[in-house]
Amino acid sequence: MVAPETPGTPGSPSARTRYSPLFELTRVRFLEFLREPEAVFWTFVFPILLATGLGIAFRSRSAEVVKIAVVASADGVRVRAALAADSLLDVALVSDSVASESLRMGTVALVVVPVSATSVEYRYDDARPDARNTRLLVDRAIQKAGGAYSPVATAETLVSEPGSRYVDFVVPGLLAMNLMGSGIWSIGFAIVDARRKKLLKRLVATPMRRGHYLASFLVMRIGLMVIEVSVISSFGHFVFGVPMRGPLLTFITVALFGTFAFGALGLLIASRARTVEAASGMMNVVMLPMWVASGVFFAASRFPDVVQPFVQALPLTAVVDALRLNMLQGAGFAGVASELAILAAWLVVAFTIALRLFRWR
Amino acid sequence: MTATMSALSVRNLVKRYGTVTAVDGLDLTVGAGECFGLLGPNGAGKTTTIEICEGLLTPDSGEVLVLGLDWKRDERALRQRLGVQLQETQLAEKVTVEETVRLFRSFYANGREVNEVINLVQLEEKRRARVGTLSGGQKQRLSVACALVGDPDLVFLDEPTTGLDPQSRRQLWDLVERLKKLGRTIVLTTHYMDEAERLCDRVAIVDHGRIIALGSPRELIRSLGAEQVVECALESADGITVDDLQALPGVLEALLVAASWTLQVNAAHETIPALLALVNARGAKLTELSTHSPTLEDVFVSLTGRHLREGG
Ligand SMILES: Nc1ncnc2c1ncn2[C@@H]1O[C@H](COP(=O)(O)OP(=O)(O)O)[C@@H](O)[C@H]1O
Ligand SMILES: [Mg+2]
Repeated sequence: MVAPETPGTPGSPSARTRYSPLFELTRVRFLEFLREPEAVFWTFVFPILLATGLGIAFRSRSAEVVKIAVVASADGVRVRAALAADSLLDVALVSDSVASESLRMGTVALVVVPVSATSVEYRYDDARPDARNTRLLVDRAIQKAGGAYSPVATAETLVSEPGSRYVDFVVPGLLAMNLMGSGIWSIGFAIVDARRKKLLKRLVATPMRRGHYLASFLVMRIGLMVIEVSVISSFGHFVFGVPMRGPLLTFITVALFGTFAFGALGLLIASRARTVEAASGMMNVVMLPMWVASGVFFAASRFPDVVQPFVQALPLTAVVDALRLNMLQGAGFAGVASELAILAAWLVVAFTIALRLFRWR
Repeated sequence: MTATMSALSVRNLVKRYGTVTAVDGLDLTVGAGECFGLLGPNGAGKTTTIEICEGLLTPDSGEVLVLGLDWKRDERALRQRLGVQLQETQLAEKVTVEETVRLFRSFYANGREVNEVINLVQLEEKRRARVGTLSGGQKQRLSVACALVGDPDLVFLDEPTTGLDPQSRRQLWDLVERLKKLGRTIVLTTHYMDEAERLCDRVAIVDHGRIIALGSPRELIRSLGAEQVVECALESADGITVDDLQALPGVLEALLVAASWTLQVNAAHETIPALLALVNARGAKLTELSTHSPTLEDVFVSLTGRHLREGG
């Protein structure tokens, strides 16, 4: 960007204020964006809300206490004492009918019916995963109290460290998704809207250089990308402790390559469309498969092997993978080279086709 | 005036859209400093013609020289010297008047100060208002401001007052008149005959992609030879024919246009009594009668048998 030049000799036409076209075009781009409250919301606020929601929903919890019922009897009291030794079980001693009722209502996961001093019956719904887990816990406690012996000694290490939680997995995904959404949407929508309003045609009627017009989008995207990425990644880092283990320069390069590749895709989508409806339809066709397949919310490796080459070639997959490698596993340039190559390929191909197809009027 | 000296010179221009011939062998010469009007009904080919001259459309055949330059060879130089206002541009709504003019100013190597242009189109008070909040007339004046900011030698205005209320139209006319005083060459299109009459030094009347009359408004009107135009509508007048009306004293030409009669006359005081007598004698009823001095509209009616605007 170049600031307005200052006047030369007074009196001559060149003495008048000179404005740089690229600067003015970029300025208008930013002003239009900032004066669109919805755009600001979807770009900056929405990813943070989403990260917060997911962070809370998938936060690491200490194991939950499960409620169970024991049918009251002489043996029942003994069984309860045995179970009370396990801190994960909340045991209530109730009548048979109350126990059955609670099971039906789902307020207890399992009912223990003491049959005799040496036998018990478990009543539970086999379809409930927590009921099956509860059965294992209850059985273990009862067998242990009955004198069962564990031949193999075990030790447990509980893992909940930054870098391996769901929020660590999802924040790079959200970052990548945001780069894609705002890149494709902001460029595509703005260009198609300008074409629909004949503003593009009006600009072409001036001496404006077409390259300046396209470059202004690039400059705007880079500027907004810096803000988007800083906001989301510092939110993840400072609120949820999401690590930033890799070199920052690699991180920035991945974000830049993503911005360029998605920007070129936005340009391609907008290259001929005359209505916003047609363009947003195409944007959804392009973005929806990537939202699903590129591993933003769950690992892309869950898709069958036959589709893996396609999934891996998607630009969103490349950005997601590269960001995760960088942030979580500390990868530098060498570690994300193949992802950067994929993004560069998308950039070159999409941009070349877009320039060929681009309709200025 | 030779072709190289004129501001705009168009020879045998043709532009087709599929089976529609939008411009059908059109010739034009506009002199420097002239305000030239293309007057014609909707679909006449005015926009197509002017956009070819602006280098936005390529003709199927014909020759266009703008300021003595050719679009194929001198596009960059030409763009610096033209001011263009398109019929249907909507400027960005979220951007202010000043920001918009500044943007357009930045494209020109030389031009006017942003404030100067804003003052010229009388939008000083709206300088910081967003385009979306402007009235139709203000938007149109801003659009003209963007055409003027490069201090062009030639300004194209395509239907600058279409859709505006009478007051806004008058403000725009004042603006065009200020431009004329500044000695700018202006080419404008319109389907309002009063606009062409008032603003243009010369007018080309366009219909079906051809020029059907060319001259100053006064010359064109004088070519009718009529002093007055009598318009009347008759009811149950089955017996009255063109020949009957044509035979009335003082009538130069009688035309039935959109269910009412238009009589070009050179002696209204003789024609009207005779017309009333004829109507009476045939047992018809006169539902409307009016007279006016001939206008460009009457020239168009006389040439085409149609009005410029339906319902206009
Ligand atoms: N892009 C286009 N595609 C097809 N037909 C067109 C196009 N532009 C103009 N036309 C047709 O060409 C004729 C002239 O149009 P235009 O130049 O816009 O007329 P005017 O400006 O005098 O109203 C009309 O019949 C119009 O329908
Ligand atoms: Mg038109």
